[in-house]
Amino acid sequence: MAKFRKKKGSGQQAINTASLPDIVFMLLFFFMVTTTMKEVALKVQLQQPEATELSKLEKKSLVTYIYVGVPQSQYQGTFGSEPRLQLNDQFATVDDIRNYIVQERESMRESDRSKMTVSIKADYDTPMGIITEVKQALRKAQALKISYSARQVSEVPM
Amino acid sequence: MGKRDVQEVNAGSMADIAFLLLIFFLVTTTMDTDSGLSRMLPPPVPDDQEAPPPIKDRNVFEVLINAQNRLLVENEPLELRELRDAAKEFIQNPLDEEGLPEKEEKQIEYFGIYPVTKGVISLQNDRGTQYQMYLSVQNELAAAYNELRNELAQSKFGKKFDELEEDKQDAIRDIYPQKISEAEPKNIGGK
Repeated sequence: MAKFRKKKGSGQQAINTASLPDIVFMLLFFFMVTTTMKEVALKVQLQQPEATELSKLEKKSLVTYIYVGVPQSQYQGTFGSEPRLQLNDQFATVDDIRNYIVQERESMRESDRSKMTVSIKADYDTPMGIITEVKQALRKAQALKISYSARQVSEVPM
Repeated sequence: MGKRDVQEVNAGSMADIAFLLLIFFLVTTTMDTDSGLSRMLPPPVPDDQEAPPPIKDRNVFEVLINAQNRLLVENEPLELRELRDAAKEFIQNPLDEEGLPEKEEKQIEYFGIYPVTKGVISLQNDRGTQYQMYLSVQNELAAAYNELRNELAQSKFGKKFDELEEDKQDAIRDIYPQKISEAEPKNIGGK
């Protein structure tokens, strides 16, 4: 007659978790390497326009950003509710663009300077007046490669 | 003195610490890459430079956007959704019509001698034009070029434009060069 042996210790066997830290560390390193902190705190209201024919901006180090939009509500007391520029962390005027571009260009490697791209991140409701001024200032500063930042959608609202 | 065992550090909480860091980086990370419509601005014009020779009227596709976000294309009001096809017809001029741009025979790699259009798209906007509208128009014009390039790539090489080798892309770019010129801004339409 067969005997049924009762297993010792009826509880579930614990999974060996000794390698768990290793796995977590691996994930951690992955995210540490791929992460890019948000460089600036936005001070303008920014809702990007939509478009379909976009190309990705490779190489973040070559891209300089200019933000355009209406100041966020906590800054409206000081800066008004007309669309303003934001360069780095502060509000600026069109005249500051030139210095900003020169400064950014200085901080790049010499071989990369010709590949510098300026990404204009403007709110969808901004009137073109200020954007045209920005473009003229960029022309004067010899920053000719620009990109109109937009969100990828499958179809543009008509 | 008795021998003392080296006590092992309890590594049980290591996972917790690592998790904490992991979650921190998960939250702060932004994976999205910036995307946008790439354009080249014309270099600044020196004041003493002579005005360029005028371009024939038939070679210019005039697009105006006013402060009410309405389009005026070749002196006719047009809806945004019709712009793409109008631009394509202008660039391609399939029937060699009188009112549409001239073509110039050029030697192009892979294609031999090919008639290349002399057409230029001229875009002008008002100070009060909404940015979204401006970008939509730019987008439609870019789409017109992209569609034409894709059609040509498909018929010649049987592939999409993006999938072609670099030199073939250049050849197609020579046939359909993206010529969008932006006039100096004017203040029309008040405000």
